[in-house]
Amino acid sequence: MKAATKSKMRRGLSDRVFDIVNYAILGLVALAVLYPLYFVVIASFSDPDAINTGRVLLWPVGFNTMGYEKIFADAKIWRSYSNTIFYTVLGTTINIFLTMMLAYPLSRREFCGRKFLTFFMMFTLYFQGGLVPTYLLMQDIHLYDTPWVMVLLPALNVFNVIIARTNIQNNIPEELYEAACLDGCSHLKYFWKVVFPLSKTIIAVLVLYYGVAHWNDYMNGLIYLRDEGLYPLQLVLRGILVQNQASASMMGDVESMMAQQKAAELIKYGLIIVSALPVLVIYPFLQKYFEKGVMVGSVKG
Amino acid sequence: MTQTKTAQKTRAVTYTKKPLSKRMRRAFLRDWQLLLLCLLPALYFLIFHYIPMYGVQLAFKDFRAADGIWGSQWAGFKYFERFFTSYQFWPLIKNTLLLSFGQLLFGFPIPIILAILLNQTRSTRFRKFVQTITYCPHFISIVVLVGMLNLFLSPRSGLINHFLGLFGIDAIHFMGDPGWFRPVFILSGIWQNAGWSAIIYIAALAGINPDLYEAAQIDGANRWQLIRHIDLPGIMPTATMMFILEVGKVMNIGFQKAYLMQTGLNITTSEIIPTYIYKVGLIDAQYSYSAAISLFNNIINIILLVAVNKIAQKTSENSLW
Repeated sequence: MKAATKSKMRRGLSDRVFDIVNYAILGLVALAVLYPLYFVVIASFSDPDAINTGRVLLWPVGFNTMGYEKIFADAKIWRSYSNTIFYTVLGTTINIFLTMMLAYPLSRREFCGRKFLTFFMMFTLYFQGGLVPTYLLMQDIHLYDTPWVMVLLPALNVFNVIIARTNIQNNIPEELYEAACLDGCSHLKYFWKVVFPLSKTIIAVLVLYYGVAHWNDYMNGLIYLRDEGLYPLQLVLRGILVQNQASASMMGDVESMMAQQKAAELIKYGLIIVSALPVLVIYPFLQKYFEKGVMVGSVKG
Repeated sequence: MTQTKTAQKTRAVTYTKKPLSKRMRRAFLRDWQLLLLCLLPALYFLIFHYIPMYGVQLAFKDFRAADGIWGSQWAGFKYFERFFTSYQFWPLIKNTLLLSFGQLLFGFPIPIILAILLNQTRSTRFRKFVQTITYCPHFISIVVLVGMLNLFLSPRSGLINHFLGLFGIDAIHFMGDPGWFRPVFILSGIWQNAGWSAIIYIAALAGINPDLYEAAQIDGANRWQLIRHIDLPGIMPTATMMFILEVGKVMNIGFQKAYLMQTGLNITTSEIIPTYIYKVGLIDAQYSYSAAISLFNNIINIILLVAVNKIAQKTSENSLW
């Protein structure tokens, strides 16, 4: 009896130590993830000199909005911003319709083309034509250097189709289909009147996945667009953030080289915020959906 | 219950001994609306994925723009030989494999550890808080991530070098030093994706029967023993699946990020097969050569995937197929 209490006490102690260490580790992890993001925010409002000498740590030093003023005055950034909004809205709409149109038939167990289509789709995950054949095809079918390449090339994502199919299979009761069948409801009508309205949650997940992918896409623009007027935001960002090409119009009224360099630094921090803003604003509201998507996708079958 | 019933019904329909053509006609009459729905998605795969696959023959031809892919002359294995004997072959293979396996070695276990720690947290609010924060970087674009790396790791003005300076360490030119390319690539990848990748393990842990924990606790198991004997076996199937999928990506490791992180200074370690394919193909316009390297890469990838899947099947009965 005594021994039992003793071991229980020891266990209580070791569990307490475990808890404390666990909280400490997770707290540090959260801090390590959050701080760089927080730093970008405060740096974008700070005096570049203070950033360069390491005096910006917890709050903005030498508060100013010069970076943002230059960003908002730049036509090239606005242009690419509106391009990206266009690609994201149109692209995601196409994505949702195509994904659901494929996911519903694949969710019908009795569908005669189910096996073949699943294979047809999955095969593209393992074997691809590769860069050059795709590039040449885009030129041949005249999608190269048009806005259409940005919305049509990523029109379907196999993983998202699987998520949608699994969701339809598991969450829409089969009785509903049987009842609709008895009432003489056709597949097309059932798809439109029952499957679509009952798939709101999964469509929200898909909108987010596809939408973020379009918003963050720079590779398709890099490969398939020549005309700078069509560039998506990420490609313009790459020029400024990674290749250090702040556009001349942005720097027009800044005289000395030194001042230019300082402004460039501030513009970079500000641009990160401006470009990530839409995603960061919707993120907290839709977090539960993001998670749900992964959960659904993780179910094998 | 009803689902199995329907399944049986279908089987009964498909396996009745009627001639094939009649069965096909019946299936078509029954399913034509489903087929109609699939038409556009199928066309998408056909055009944007299968036609480029057909274009892979480019790798065995001397491509001339005027003749097109179909009309160009056959060149046999010329471009493959050229790649295998080129002085860049081994450095490219080495860089690609070191980067991928480094990422696998460090990037794979961390989400699992994170998920287990989160699962052991008693306070739901604290857990949700940590989860929300760690998912966040997943939605940052790669361009912004590399932009942030450039800013934070800058030798003169970067936050990290200021911090190192506090300990009297000289500024390090992280983005220009070939030795730092892989650590920076892998660490920033963990920063960006560990939280997101943990979700799937958190889901797997949530699916473990709570009776198991209770029984173990009655038997006097402490937290470590719970983790070792219940949590770890519980997420093994998920972990195996994820591992196979990760290995399947080994040769296709992040073109986008590597290309953005590349500078003239770190090219000796940052040139990997995907970036080389892009440069040879689209910048130098050596289409056939690029297609050959790309095909080689794809085949290695498939071999790796099949091999790992086989091993997993033999040892743990978990596999993709």
